[in-house]
Amino acid sequence: ETQTKCGTISLFSHLHQYSRKAPLTQQLSIPSTVIHPSIVRLGLQYSQGIVVGSNARSVALLHAFKQVIRDYTTPPNEELARDLVNKLKPYISFLNQCRPLSASMGNAIKYIKKEISNIPSQFKEEEAKTKLQKCIDCYINENVVLAAKAISKYAIKKISDGDVILVYGCSSLVNHILCEAYDKSRKFRVIVVDSRPRLEGREALRRLVQRGISCTYVLISALSYILPEVSKVFLGAHALLANGYVMSRVGTSQIALVARTFNVPVLVCCETYKFCERVQTDSFVSNELDDPDDLMVTRKGKTQLENWHDVSSLGLLNLVYDVTPPDFVDLVITDLGMIPCTSVPVVLRVKNLEQ
Amino acid sequence: MPGADKEADLTERIEAFLADLKRGGCGTGPIRGSGETARETTALLRKVTAQARWSSAGDLMEIIRKEGRRMTAAQPSETTVGNMVLRVLKIIREEYARSRGSSEETDQQESLHKLLTSGGLSEENFRQHFVHLKANVIEAINELLTELEGTTDNIAMQALEHIHSNEVIMTVGRSRTVEAFLKDAARKRKFHVIVAECAPFCQGHEMATNLSKASIETTVIADAAIFAVMSRVNKVIIGTQTVLANGGLRAVNGTHTVALAARHHSTPLIVCAPMFKLSPQVLYGQFLRPHGLVFALTCTILSKVNVHCPVFDYVPPELITLFISNIGGNAPSYIYRLMSELYHPEDHDL
Repeated sequence: ETQTKCGTISLFSHLHQYSRKAPLTQQLSIPSTVIHPSIVRLGLQYSQGIVVGSNARSVALLHAFKQVIRDYTTPPNEELARDLVNKLKPYISFLNQCRPLSASMGNAIKYIKKEISNIPSQFKEEEAKTKLQKCIDCYINENVVLAAKAISKYAIKKISDGDVILVYGCSSLVNHILCEAYDKSRKFRVIVVDSRPRLEGREALRRLVQRGISCTYVLISALSYILPEVSKVFLGAHALLANGYVMSRVGTSQIALVARTFNVPVLVCCETYKFCERVQTDSFVSNELDDPDDLMVTRKGKTQLENWHDVSSLGLLNLVYDVTPPDFVDLVITDLGMIPCTSVPVVLRVKNLEQ
Repeated sequence: MPGADKEADLTERIEAFLADLKRGGCGTGPIRGSGETARETTALLRKVTAQARWSSAGDLMEIIRKEGRRMTAAQPSETTVGNMVLRVLKIIREEYARSRGSSEETDQQESLHKLLTSGGLSEENFRQHFVHLKANVIEAINELLTELEGTTDNIAMQALEHIHSNEVIMTVGRSRTVEAFLKDAARKRKFHVIVAECAPFCQGHEMATNLSKASIETTVIADAAIFAVMSRVNKVIIGTQTVLANGGLRAVNGTHTVALAARHHSTPLIVCAPMFKLSPQVLYGQFLRPHGLVFALTCTILSKVNVHCPVFDYVPPELITLFISNIGGNAPSYIYRLMSELYHPEDHDL
C-alpha cells in the first residue's frame, strides 16, 4: 500500500515507488502466464538488479526478443508483420512494470518494431524470422560492440601519460576505454568515486585492478578533497536528451559541478543509440525511485532508521538517475565523433534521415 | 600535604582530559560534542587558575599556555580546546589591565595614531602582583562558562526569524546546534527538512530520527542526490566544526559540495555556529584512517588500492551567506572583526 508520506516524497508521488520486499507478481496487472518465459526471466532479472547498466539491459532485451522470435509461429489468417508487433506489446509493458524502460531499451524496441513492420509480405515465415534475428545481431554489433571500439579510439587520443582520471560508479563503456588505453601502454592512474547505497564503484574497481591499473577509491563526499589531484573526469551516460542534458546515475551532476569549479575537464562517453528525443530540465519529472530500505545501514551495532516505516514524519528517498546541465560537460565522445552536448538534436536528425 | 594533593588531583584531571581527547579522534567523531568539550576545557582551566601556583599574571599565562599546548597536541582537530585557551588568556589580560587601572584597550590593533602617540613600545610584561587578580579571573571564567552553557539556546531562539512556513530546508550530517535550531522553529512553523546522510558514518540518519521525533517532516537522501534535489530547496542550514579566521569553514566531509550546489541554484547557505568555534587558524586538513571504508572492499583487491577517507572539507567564505551565532547574525566578511574581540593577536600562536 502506498501511504502518502512526508513533503519531499510527495514531490515524487507521480513516480512508482519500488520495493524489493513486495513480491513482483502481486504488483503486475498482466498475469505472467501469457508472457514468454524468457521475458519473465528477464523481467525478474531487471527488478532484482541482476542485470544492471543500460548496455547490459538493452543487449539482454534483444537476446530475449531473439528467443521470442525463434519460438513464434504465425497464426492462420494473420500477417507476421502485424501480428508479431501486437504480440510484443504486452511483453514490453510487462518489462516496463518490472522496471521502467531505459532510453537505450526504448530505442532498441523502436528499431525492432520498424524492422518487423518492414518485412515484405511475400517472405515465408522462416525467411522472415532469420532476417529479423540477423537484424538484431547487426544492431547489437553496430551500436554496442563497434561503437565501443570507435569511442575507445577517440577517447584514447584524450588520455595522455601521467593523467589522473576520475570515474564514477560502474560504466561498461568507461571501463572498456580505460582497459584499452592501458593495453596501449598509456601511463595513468584512476580514481574511482563511489556512492551509497548502490556502491557500484566496487565492481569498476575490481575490473580495473584485475587489469593492473593503479586505482584509488573514495566516496562521493570526498570529492572536494580528491579533485585537485585529478586531470580529467570520464563519465558514462544512461541517455543524452535532446536539449543537451545528460541523464546518468545519481551523483553524476554533482561530480560535473565540482569538477567545473576546480576547472577539471568533464568528458561524457555515450553511444549514439542512447540519444533520446525527450527533453528534461530537472531530476524530478521523470526518474526512478529505488527501494528506500537500501538506505538503512548499521553502524556501531545500531541501525538508526530501522523503524522508519512506523514514523509518519520520516521518509527515505533513493533516487536512481539525475540530469546534468550541458554547461558542466565539456565534451561528449560518441561513435560518430567528439561533439558538444548541444549537438544531440543534430545527431538525432542525421540518424532519422539515414533511416 | 594539602597543596601536593591538590596538585596531584589537578594533574590527574588534566591527564584524564587529554586521554579523552586522544580517543575522540578515532574517526567516528569525538565522544562528546564540541560544546561539551569547550565547557570541560574552560572548567579545567578554571581549576588550573585556582590550584596552580602563580604570583603574577605573566606566570599564570605561561602555565595556561603550557597546558593549552599539551591539550591541542593531544587532538589537533578539536579546535575548541585551543579557542577556549585563547579566551582565558584574553580574560587574564583584561583583568590585569583593569587591576592596573589603565583603561581597557578597546583597539589592540597597531594603529598609526597609537604608534605616534605612545612613544615607544609599551613594556607589558605582566609581572605586577595584584591581590584580587585570582578572584577576578575566576569570576570572569565563570561568566564565560555561563555564556557557553547558553549558546545553543541563544542560537535556537533566532530560528523563527529565519524560517518561514512551508519551506524546504536542507542539512548535512548531524549538528546539535542545527537540531536545536530546527526543533525550536518547528514549535511554531511547519516546514520540511531534507537530511543528506553523510557517508560513510551516516550521522545524518541519527539527525533525521531526532528531527522526526519532534514531528518535523524529514527525508533522508544519499550524498549523491544532493545536487539533484537542490533545485527544490529554499535554504541550506548547516553546522560546522570550526569557523576559520577568514570566514571560511572547516566542516564535515561533503559540505563543500552542498555549498557549491547551493550557489549554483542561488540558495542561501546559513551556518549555525556558536562563537567558541571561531578559530584564528586558516589551515585545515585531516584524514581519517580509512578503516571506515575498508569493510566494503574484499581482501583480494585491497592491497592494490589506495583508499582515502578525509574527515573535513574546507568551504571558502564566498559560498556562505550568513553566520548565526549566539551573538546574532553576521556576514562572513565580518568574522575577522569578531575574532579580534575574542582573542588577543599576540596569543594566536599558542
